[in-house]
Amino acid sequence: MTNATAIFVNIGERTNVTGSAKFRKLITAGDYSAALDVAREQVANGAQVLDVNMDEGLLDSEAAMVTFLNLMAAEPDIARVPVMIDSSKWSVIEAGLKCVQGKPIVNSISMKEGEDQFRDHARKLRRYGAAVVVMAFDEKGQADTFERKTEICARAYRILVDEIGYPPEDIIFDPNVFAIATGIEEHNNYGVDFIEATRWIRQNLPHAHVSGGISNLSFSFRGNETVRAAMHSVFLYHAIAAGMDMGIVNAGALPVYDDIDPELRDLCEDVILNRVEDGTERLLEIAERFKGGVSTKKEADLTWREWPVEKRLEHALVSGLTDFIELDTEEARAKATRPLDVIEGPLMAGMNVVGDLFGAGKMFLPQVVKSARVMKQAVAYLMPFMEEEKRLLGTTGSSSAGKILLATVKGDVHDIGKNIVGVVLQCNNFEVIDLGVMVPASKILATAKAENVDIIGLSGLITPSLDEMCHVAAEMEREDFNVPLLIGGATTSKVHTAVKIHPNYAKGQAVYVLDASRAVGVASSLLGRDKANYVADVQADYVKIADAHARAQENKRRITLADARADGLKLDWSSYRPVKPSFLGTKVFRDYPIAELVPYIDWTPFFATWEIKGTYPLLFEDEKVGAAARSLFNDAQAMLKQMVEEKWISANAVIGFWPANAVGDDIALYEDEARDTEKATFFTLRQQIARSTDKRRHVALSDFVAPRETGVGDYVGGFAVTAGIGEEAVAERFNRANDDYSKILSQALTDRLAEAFAERMHQRVRQEFWGYAADETLSNEELIRETYAGIRPAPGYPAQPDHTEKRTLFDLLDAEDQAGIKLTESFAMWPGSSVSGLYIGHPESYYFGVGRIEADQVADYAARKGWTVQEAERWLAPVLNYDPIRVEAAE
Amino acid sequence: MAKEHIMTISASTTDLKRAAAQRILVLDGAMGTMIQRLKLSEADFRGERFKDWHRDLKGNNDLLVITKPDAIEAIHRQYFEAGADIVETNTFSSTTIAQADYGMEALAYELNLEGARVAKRAADTVAAATGRPRFVAGAIGPTNRTASISPDVNNPGFRAVTFDELRDAYADATRGLIDGGSDIILIETIFDTLNAKAAVAAVEDVFDEKGVTLPVMISGTITDLSGRTLSGQTPTAFWYSLRHAQPFSIGLNCALGAREMRAHIDEISRIADTLVCAYPNAGLPNEFGEYDESPEAMAVLVGEFAKSGLVNVVGGCCGTTPDHIRAIAEVVEGVTPRALPAIAPKMRLSGLEPFEIAS
Repeated sequence: MTNATAIFVNIGERTNVTGSAKFRKLITAGDYSAALDVAREQVANGAQVLDVNMDEGLLDSEAAMVTFLNLMAAEPDIARVPVMIDSSKWSVIEAGLKCVQGKPIVNSISMKEGEDQFRDHARKLRRYGAAVVVMAFDEKGQADTFERKTEICARAYRILVDEIGYPPEDIIFDPNVFAIATGIEEHNNYGVDFIEATRWIRQNLPHAHVSGGISNLSFSFRGNETVRAAMHSVFLYHAIAAGMDMGIVNAGALPVYDDIDPELRDLCEDVILNRVEDGTERLLEIAERFKGGVSTKKEADLTWREWPVEKRLEHALVSGLTDFIELDTEEARAKATRPLDVIEGPLMAGMNVVGDLFGAGKMFLPQVVKSARVMKQAVAYLMPFMEEEKRLLGTTGSSSAGKILLATVKGDVHDIGKNIVGVVLQCNNFEVIDLGVMVPASKILATAKAENVDIIGLSGLITPSLDEMCHVAAEMEREDFNVPLLIGGATTSKVHTAVKIHPNYAKGQAVYVLDASRAVGVASSLLGRDKANYVADVQADYVKIADAHARAQENKRRITLADARADGLKLDWSSYRPVKPSFLGTKVFRDYPIAELVPYIDWTPFFATWEIKGTYPLLFEDEKVGAAARSLFNDAQAMLKQMVEEKWISANAVIGFWPANAVGDDIALYEDEARDTEKATFFTLRQQIARSTDKRRHVALSDFVAPRETGVGDYVGGFAVTAGIGEEAVAERFNRANDDYSKILSQALTDRLAEAFAERMHQRVRQEFWGYAADETLSNEELIRETYAGIRPAPGYPAQPDHTEKRTLFDLLDAEDQAGIKLTESFAMWPGSSVSGLYIGHPESYYFGVGRIEADQVADYAARKGWTVQEAERWLAPVLNYDPIRVEAAE
Repeated sequence: MAKEHIMTISASTTDLKRAAAQRILVLDGAMGTMIQRLKLSEADFRGERFKDWHRDLKGNNDLLVITKPDAIEAIHRQYFEAGADIVETNTFSSTTIAQADYGMEALAYELNLEGARVAKRAADTVAAATGRPRFVAGAIGPTNRTASISPDVNNPGFRAVTFDELRDAYADATRGLIDGGSDIILIETIFDTLNAKAAVAAVEDVFDEKGVTLPVMISGTITDLSGRTLSGQTPTAFWYSLRHAQPFSIGLNCALGAREMRAHIDEISRIADTLVCAYPNAGLPNEFGEYDESPEAMAVLVGEFAKSGLVNVVGGCCGTTPDHIRAIAEVVEGVTPRALPAIAPKMRLSGLEPFEIAS
């Protein structure tokens, strides 16, 4: 869900110096950190908009507003919700508007100083972009009666909407909630006036909203929170029914209307609705009884406090919570041998979780910076203990974890990412020297020498920066540096670092840093006790990457689909006369004689199933496996004989032929020879591998079928065969007898029989059913070597890696009903001992692998198949030449 | 002190709106990529005028509108000839703030003025030759500072730049862009929405000052997999923050390729009652920082945006070339532009996340 919608909006008032004494004290004392906690608690308690008000006589309200809003912006769990910039001073409102990136509400403007100033403020608000609360207030004062309230609101609405073009839905009227039950008779109807004015506004001023500060209402019951809360709840109940849709209310402090003591509720209602003469007196009478009632403040969820300390530290880091960080750090320190172990152990582990979440897109940058600040507080707590340890061990020197120089390289001005790295490192007690942007190599090296830094970190965003980084590395080598060199930034990569930068700097070590969250881990490892091992690991990793890169370079290159098509196999169709199959449509073979299939078995894969490698029958001669192979073969022969004689299984097949022509990269099948009604389409994929030397074409299966535009009437066929009907029962029988060997043997045999069936059927197709090779005489060895004319490619295999094409084939053949072979949802055939595929008859057709394909073909294929690109990527995942979701660090 | 202005709506604005109603408009591709291909030297960047400048100038691409105007004009022309309806001026960093890195703050106005003039010349040439109107979008980049993020760890309330400083810098840039003949103002690559709000205010200030109104295009940047801007807003929250500008278009550019951008453009497309513009990078950078998505591959992806009714304006950002724009122009030709959704009037606020109040 990305868009929260509210019917009634609670605006928290605890960050309002006029509404909360506690908040006022914190702000006047300058304790902004505790003030932020108040805001955080409000949001955690469900405030949907945060009201910020700094109108206090002794405060520099403008400065306080700016400081607090800027600090809030750095707290993602607070900044999540919109702000209400609340002040009676325009200068404070305007200062606040300049600090919020979201769309806030301004509270408030009015016609108190006349219409001209009202217009001026409204125009300025249009420019900043804000919703606005308009007080029912004019030159004569605050509106108290229904007539005054509605007259002023209507006038303001017309000015805003008609003259200034203010969106009416961004206008909120505050018709003034005044205190009732004060003992003064004129005040008795104020509740009713507000509620009725609300109703009128909602009916007569389209899209405008109504809000109000509720606490005024019960002013005369100060000190009696139970009665006040009950009054507020009852008032809201009626005002909301009349159309009030926003209110400054202490979220979490209001009782539910139905839960209020009925007697108290009735009396509140009498007073608010002004429906009895003596309501005020009677409410005062019973008010005493309810004094000191408990408030219903919601507590923060603290169940995580019961977790083990390591888990708690992780939670605090991930959630950016500082409340218990010192307590938990102390607990971890007490358990650890040395204070440093806490940093290198649970704290770093927590930061790694942060890094993982960031990498996975589950945290965003401001949250990561927040985590780093929690880390800083924990480290700060541990510092005195580490100092003490040093003193006891008699070591001296700086308490810094190390000195790191950071720079954005020459030619590049991007430094936001680098700044964040700096922040995170400083939080972890590293001393950071930041040279800024566009820093030439000479300055980096000179500063590094003068400051005697422990690590140099380079950042860059644009592509030319990569070359500059190589240059800096070479300069470091030339000037005999040996400190580690960190590489980071959006265009940098581990591969680039390994292949291009690392070889330039043999005296030291270049290390790629994925993102800001990883900087501390890398820097600590490079300066820590285990540096030698870490560097050795990095080097080994980089050698591997460089090798893999060199190999992949050659294999990875692809040409565009357009170029591949241009280089497709162009057969000479002018002289080609396709043979017409003996029938069109399908032909079914049920209970095919198994004995006829046995000679067609290809035994080599049978042995491969048992992990006996070698070619049948030569493997019988093998010294190591020959005897085992022979014994297995004998068992197989015996079982096969039994299988055939006792009819353990049966075999079915369905084949078919259709008039067909290639249309682009696809093969269209037609209902009949007229070829004007398409029956189905087989989609095919084309090779895209970039070949530098050889002359092989970039082929697709459609290249073997006569293109539509040649006018040549071609055909394709299809088949689905199974030798697995009954195989499950056989396996189950051996299963029950706990005879695993026989079970696997039976499965391997039915598998081979299915393949043999496909081979036999293909032979019959060539010789009789299609008959384009009627006089073919090939031995089984020749069949296995595929020396026949034409091919029978199967969907899901190298020539057409898309398994979903089986659906088309099965529908054409009606294979489920005719042969008893089902397709699972992932397009596997059931029973497993089944084979299906197309028949292509052209004598020059051959088996090939499509290999990996590029995004352009995937998108094109998706469009042809009516898929989204994402669907295509899912089904073609094994043959994609790219990673569809590449994770990139932010700058 | 209310001031009423009679705002001038130019003929080009009318042409632009008419064109947008009829078809999907095509924006140009990357300028930086094309400049890199020229392999210019430090001396080329300096030219005669800045030969003794006290700082390195290589990499200050915007300066080329003064020192190598013909080269920049030629690039604009290539994009127009490839089928772009709109080219962006080469002024991404031409603000006093961004030029401070080169000590060239004082040149900001002139850079924008010349940047717009150079692009306008190319537009006029190609429009005359082809008989189809061509437009210049005066580009305003984000600057290299953020108004809502502190660069100082020890002081999260600190800001390296204020709203008013940004507003002044953007106003200066806008004056140059308008004086140089821009048809559109394009506020782009927004990673901090507060910067963009300052830009919107500045642009409107200058419109008042000059008594003209140009269409404003606004384009944000979703920086990483979290699906947020750098400053942490979701795409919807981003739109709510800027909707008051009543922009000609809202959309996204940079950081992501079309594939990664799709979900976010889809989100904006569903909620924005104005035109939607997308100009992604040519894929994500490969391990060597190069953008290597082919024109054909990118055109298929961007074409899908068009066919799915997500966009009204398309183009390319980092790594895209005239070949990419040609392929994109071809694929969106004849595709019906996205129809504006009917959005019920409701109060829509935002912090980092959006918040809607039922009306």
